[in-house]
Amino acid sequence: MVTLTADTSTVTDLSTSTVRELNQSLHSAADGQSWTIENPGGKHSLAVGIDADITVTLNGHAGYYAAGMHQKGDVTINGNAGVGLAENIMSGRVHVKGDASQSAAATGHGGLVVIDGNAGARCGISMKGVDIVVGGNIGHMSAFMAQAGRLVVCGDAGEALGDSIYEARIYVKGTVASLGADCIEKPMKPEHLDELAGLLAAAGRDDNPADFTRYGSARNLYHFHVGNSASY
Amino acid sequence: MTTIPELGLRESATFDRATIADIQRAAATGVYDIRGWGAKRHVPHFDDLLFLGASMSRYPLEGYREKCDTDVVLGDRYAAEPLHLRIPVTIAGMSFGALSANAKEALGRGASEVGTSTTTGDGGMTPEERGQSKHLVYQYLPSRYGMNPDDLRQADAIEIVLGQGAKPGGGGMLLGQKITERVAGMRTLPVGIDQRSASRHPDWTGPDDLEIKIGELRELTDWKKPIYVKVGASRPYYDTALAVKSGADVVVLDGMQGGTAATQQVFIENVGIPTLAAIPQAVQALQELGMHRKVQLIVSGGIRTGADVAKAMALGADAVAIGTAALIALGDNDPRYSAEYAALGSAAGFYDDFQDGRDPAGITTQDPELAARLDPVEGGRRLANYLRVLTMEAQTIARACGKSHLHNLEPEDLVALTIESAAMARVPLAGTSWIPGAM
Repeated sequence: MVTLTADTSTVTDLSTSTVRELNQSLHSAADGQSWTIENPGGKHSLAVGIDADITVTLNGHAGYYAAGMHQKGDVTINGNAGVGLAENIMSGRVHVKGDASQSAAATGHGGLVVIDGNAGARCGISMKGVDIVVGGNIGHMSAFMAQAGRLVVCGDAGEALGDSIYEARIYVKGTVASLGADCIEKPMKPEHLDELAGLLAAAGRDDNPADFTRYGSARNLYHFHVGNSASY
Repeated sequence: MTTIPELGLRESATFDRATIADIQRAAATGVYDIRGWGAKRHVPHFDDLLFLGASMSRYPLEGYREKCDTDVVLGDRYAAEPLHLRIPVTIAGMSFGALSANAKEALGRGASEVGTSTTTGDGGMTPEERGQSKHLVYQYLPSRYGMNPDDLRQADAIEIVLGQGAKPGGGGMLLGQKITERVAGMRTLPVGIDQRSASRHPDWTGPDDLEIKIGELRELTDWKKPIYVKVGASRPYYDTALAVKSGADVVVLDGMQGGTAATQQVFIENVGIPTLAAIPQAVQALQELGMHRKVQLIVSGGIRTGADVAKAMALGADAVAIGTAALIALGDNDPRYSAEYAALGSAAGFYDDFQDGRDPAGITTQDPELAARLDPVEGGRRLANYLRVLTMEAQTIARACGKSHLHNLEPEDLVALTIESAAMARVPLAGTSWIPGAM
């Protein structure tokens, strides 16, 4: 069921409307509009492919690929998100108030993904320019083959962080269980503190950038060489 | 066995000259051989099948009079906008990066001229290719290089790639010498570094997840675009069944002879099964699910002639895809570059170092001077010619078997020349009613 509230926000109730109806209406949206989605019930592919500067609020939990391939506008999930949150996001902003499952912001090319809680394994896998700020911890193999963008972790990181990383930058406030192949700790220079302060501010957080450690690529595996075979 | 009797020399079948050279090269370099092309070893193939032309019990169609249709609809299971191709020979996925922009444009021009589709590859969609391709299939790969939702929407179909015949279970590698500024920009990587493509998708694992992923792609494209699932032939019975279960409109099955731009030779030659062995397993899965001809099957890997097209379709494919043959039609391995192939330590007919980027024919390169050798208009014309020949050859055979459409070809039209091919293709050994392994 779709209703219009007094503040002209469109309300879609997924206990009576289908995911198809929701996404079709979001794909037809005009800049400046806003949507509220009630009773998402963990359904998959909610708010996929938004390409207008709109504001979408989900009140509840989302399944796989919430805000997948997001291109414009703001999506806020007042709940948890399943696998592949905002995967391949191009720009815009996606904010999860709860936790996110694995592969959050996978392959994202741009934009900002904020997860207030924890993120599962493979957070930021193959990220290509997206910025990710996680308030809690992240799981193993996060930022695997991360190419570009920034991953900020205010809690702890799991095993094999940044394995085979390219040019992405990782900031972790807590502990790192282990670093993956070719990922090393790097010095925090003033420009990194500035960059991190901007990311934390964009995510609405007040953590102190000086408490974080930076990680990135040693760039030893950029060219195949037989001498590196023990690294794979 | 190769011998030189006048010298009393006998070459070892086990340690032949190519094997000896491989060992010598490995000992000298400490690195395995990476190359392009597909499997070069001999495997049972379409050459081992023959058609039974019409005679007393079957009526043939007049060769130059009676119509034998060739069109195919792909993706009408769920997609609102299925592809309707004039011929059942499509162009397989090959990346910009592995191929030059001119080569991609030529593939689009040739395919469009005869009303068939071409396919992107790892590295995203180029404007040249989209602009010149009437029907463009967008490959959705684990790397997601250059992946953006606008390209998914402007594609005519989406092909989720799980693997390819040359390397089922393998990812990819584009060596640094081919990572020019443009290629690097499209892939968000530094110029000149080796570029690795993952072997697994980053945000889904297994058939249950794939079903959800397909759902996401359908939502993104408002259920308009056909969604293919491509697998390298290894366990095609199960892979086909699971692709159907996951909601695919089309299954693309690539046998071990299918080409690659850069893969370890040991992988190319030793992993996967021949195209001939793969087709009947996929068709069996479709038939058991009641989905044969409802979920279309595209077969690739070693298609060279109209006879190969006809044989693949007789075994149950709805269409085929060509890659290596299409490159040859553009000018790959052309003898006019013999001196240059020799300078690279190769020869026309043998050149497979697609990973090096020094292709004299200007096809598998990013070098501007070499790439300029391929005129996309002329290349497109040559490809269109070749596609027409494949189609006419297939029609010739189909008419001889009494078929008014290529889709009417059936296993009953075929026999096998060898016990191996009879067992794999599940058609009788010629002159017998014996299908080895049939229950």
